[in-house]
Amino acid sequence: MAKNDIKIAVVGGGLAGLSAAMKIAEAGHHVDLFSVVAVRRSHSVCAQGGINAAVNTKGEGDSPWKHFDDTVYGGDFLADQPPVKAMCEMAPSIIYLFDRMGVPFSRTKEGLLDFRRFGGTLHHRTAFAGASTGQQLLYALDEQVRRYEALGRVTKYEGWEMLSLVLDSHQVCRGIVAMNRQTLEVKAFPADAVIMATGGPGLIFGKSTNSQVCTGSAVSACYQQGARYANGEFIQVHPTAIPGEDKLRLMSESARGEGGRIWVPRKKGDTRPPQEIPEKERWYFLEEKYPAYGNLVPRDIATREIFMVCLQGYGVGGKNQVYLDLTHIPEEVLNRKLGAILEIYEMFVGDDPRHVPMRIFPAVHYSMGGLWVDYNQRTNIPGLLAAGECDFSIHGANRLGANSLVSCVYGGFVAAPAAIEYAKSIERNGAEGSKIYEDEVKRQQEINERLIRQTGKENQYAIHEEMGRWMTENVTVIRYNDKLKETDNKLLELLDRYKRISLNDSNMWATHALPHARQLYNMLQLARVITLGALNRNESRGAHYKPEFPERDDENWLKTTIAEYSDEGPVFSYIPVDVSLIKPRKRDYSKAK
Amino acid sequence: MGTERKFIELRIRRRANPHSEPYWEEFAIPYRPNMNIISCLMEIRKNPVTKDGRPTTPVVWEMNCLEQVCGICTMVINGRVRQSCSALVDQLEQPITLEPMSKFPNVRDLVVDRSEMFNHLKRIKAWIEIDGTYDLGPGPRMSQEEVEERYAYSRCMTCGCCLEACPQYGDGNYIGPQAIAQVRLMNMHPTGRMTRDDRLQVLMEEDGIHKCGNAQNCVRVCPMKLPLTKAIYEENRETTWYGLFSLLRR
Ligand SMILES: Cc1cc2nc3c(=O)[nH]c(=O)nc-3n(C[C@H](O)[C@H](O)[C@H](O)COP(=O)(O)OP(=O)(O)OC[C@H]3O[C@@H](n4cnc5c(N)ncnc54)[C@H](O)[C@@H]3O)c2cc1C
Ligand code: SF4
Ligand code: SF4
Ligand code: FES
Repeated sequence: MAKNDIKIAVVGGGLAGLSAAMKIAEAGHHVDLFSVVAVRRSHSVCAQGGINAAVNTKGEGDSPWKHFDDTVYGGDFLADQPPVKAMCEMAPSIIYLFDRMGVPFSRTKEGLLDFRRFGGTLHHRTAFAGASTGQQLLYALDEQVRRYEALGRVTKYEGWEMLSLVLDSHQVCRGIVAMNRQTLEVKAFPADAVIMATGGPGLIFGKSTNSQVCTGSAVSACYQQGARYANGEFIQVHPTAIPGEDKLRLMSESARGEGGRIWVPRKKGDTRPPQEIPEKERWYFLEEKYPAYGNLVPRDIATREIFMVCLQGYGVGGKNQVYLDLTHIPEEVLNRKLGAILEIYEMFVGDDPRHVPMRIFPAVHYSMGGLWVDYNQRTNIPGLLAAGECDFSIHGANRLGANSLVSCVYGGFVAAPAAIEYAKSIERNGAEGSKIYEDEVKRQQEINERLIRQTGKENQYAIHEEMGRWMTENVTVIRYNDKLKETDNKLLELLDRYKRISLNDSNMWATHALPHARQLYNMLQLARVITLGALNRNESRGAHYKPEFPERDDENWLKTTIAEYSDEGPVFSYIPVDVSLIKPRKRDYSKAK
Repeated sequence: MGTERKFIELRIRRRANPHSEPYWEEFAIPYRPNMNIISCLMEIRKNPVTKDGRPTTPVVWEMNCLEQVCGICTMVINGRVRQSCSALVDQLEQPITLEPMSKFPNVRDLVVDRSEMFNHLKRIKAWIEIDGTYDLGPGPRMSQEEVEERYAYSRCMTCGCCLEACPQYGDGNYIGPQAIAQVRLMNMHPTGRMTRDDRLQVLMEEDGIHKCGNAQNCVRVCPMKLPLTKAIYEENRETTWYGLFSLLRR
């Protein structure tokens, strides 16, 4: 029984959270697993393209070291290197484990795992299960965790939203407070350690490629309770998404990995249908500018090029869109390798991408920034760890495609033993006993009651939309200091107006208005971290681009941004990046490395 | 026809909580091209006013991925069960009716509780019994053909459409096509096959596979196009053989 005494709270049931939960349960300890949605419906289910590992089955001489170098180089040298190396070394065994857990990875003729190409590398390194890799990986983990649930080692709290951490008087994390999304019951859950795995903050930008639960709210709550938030300004804008009314749906990089080509008509405002435009009147601008990597340059570069081409008036039909063309690839190959994503395009746009080039435009996609963690996924708050998209590690200033899924699993696999080790070492049930839990529950209830009571003319959804518009307009692909300053002023205004929102629901049973209002506040706080981090960083690196400071400036800015909460706003400091393994060099994707 | 239209008319079946009576409410929201049902509901959420200008509570529904892969947003739209994120307004007859699924407990408005589906997965042991997560090298070799057959089943997003449409499913009397397809998925895997009998036993229980009346409604509504009738056919065969053998072994 002694062993089972350890209880770890895992917040989030995406790839990272489930990886951690599985490892902890396997080690014989107990997990309380929290998720806003049923874990099988977590955002990881959306990942399409694949997962990277240098398994080297294609005779290309690939190796974990090359994967490591590509990742660090693609990230413009902002990542601490040791964990990147460790991840790349673990990656092949991660793929094999998922293979054993039954993921239907696509195969070669010989029955081996197949690999496709992705951006920022010249190797076939991306394992894939059709074009719904994330769904397949998530289900495999969900199934293993269900196995432990059946054994009583995992208790799931699906439909419970974490609101805050429970900290003792020494700022040690002793559990969490969560809210039941039907009854609105607020409850404390004591734990020996807490692992945050709550994913990215795409909803801060209003419309993005992210799922609706990706608010970053839980992580913002940790930040407001003293956790350090690192490199917030590094937001990845994916080059190829399908504009939509409610969401910007991703068109996976695998489309280009399988040979998709990006182009615009050479003649501005050409009104001919794409099929009638002859080859020599098409401008394949990525292939022209980056002969070595072509359409598979890293995302930050592809996004900026597409943006610029549209700014110069070359966008298809004069609009903000370019062609992503697959029509030269045999239909059978497309169906087998990309079926799921082509169906998404067909479903939401109505055209068949097998015969008509797709029209796409960049969209907010991923946050490289997140909770600061050490090489064991531990945050600065004792007892609080983080893994997955919500931590800042691995991807530096720009993430390479198909590197997120592997980093989520790696993060979960490292966080689990680290949390267990920590749990074994601490003194339990300290003198403060149940009081810290009661106090935190009370604090959270009071916030809820205030929101329910307060009346005013402001509309929470209108404020959310306004935040999204400002953030997308000014804090994405091209950033100007005056605009960033204005955006922060706007955020302050919105925070002030927030005080005058009234929940537009009088029925509190299973309401979404209250949880959304809470998320909105946390999103506004995190939006400031992103915006001010960008304002401060006067250089261009990876996804962060300022025309006023177009070059990377290692002398002044090869450092990690750290934001700490204060009532007056985020306080910034900077710490060195661990570049002990690969010396920083200039990125140049027109040439092979 | 789309360009003429100024408003989108919706009739929504609502319910305040599981203990109260359902009622209908009508809404009219400004038309924009390319809207789906979710963007209509977002509009109502922002400004909850009925068609005749009466303020009301916002309609509650669930959503997450918005690209028909998480399964959460399922509801009955114009009488057909499907995902609201992939239901495009321009392709729907108006007024558009929205109702919660009827085979699951109704929580509020369009939200239902589908925990039963996850319980099915637990009962049929829908997992591969690996020895451990430590490094044991690659899994079993498989042909692309085998993988593709399994892939088709592993796309099930636990949305519940098949159960809503199945005339046999309801009140706990039949485990339903979703679970049977997952048995197929697990039993086809070389390692999964080793624990096949555990799953077949479940399919032979009182609410098991024999309850299927072969109406084939399930396969017609599955948004992920799972070959459900094939799964049922194959598992019927497996259970029959298994039944025979266990008789002989007695
Ligand atoms: C469309 C799309 C396609 C992608 N394709 C790829 C790809 O091909 N390859 C790749 O490597 N990466 C890809 N990515 C990125 C990758 O999918 C994500 O970065 C990754 O899935 C994040 O996983 P996670 O475990 O960190 O979090 P998530 O999967 O986002 O899970 C977060 C979990 O936290 C829970 N949660 C959140 N807040 C709370 C709270 N307050 N309380 C309780 N629970 C909470 C949620 O319910 C959920 O269970 C893609 C991303 C998108 C948007
Ligand atoms: S075939 Fe069987 S499972 Fe499918 S709808 Fe008919 S009765 Fe239900
Ligand atoms: S089998 Fe199809 S309809 Fe049934 S739950 Fe799965 S995806 Fe939905
Ligand atoms: S929101 Fe995920 S299926 Fe509709």
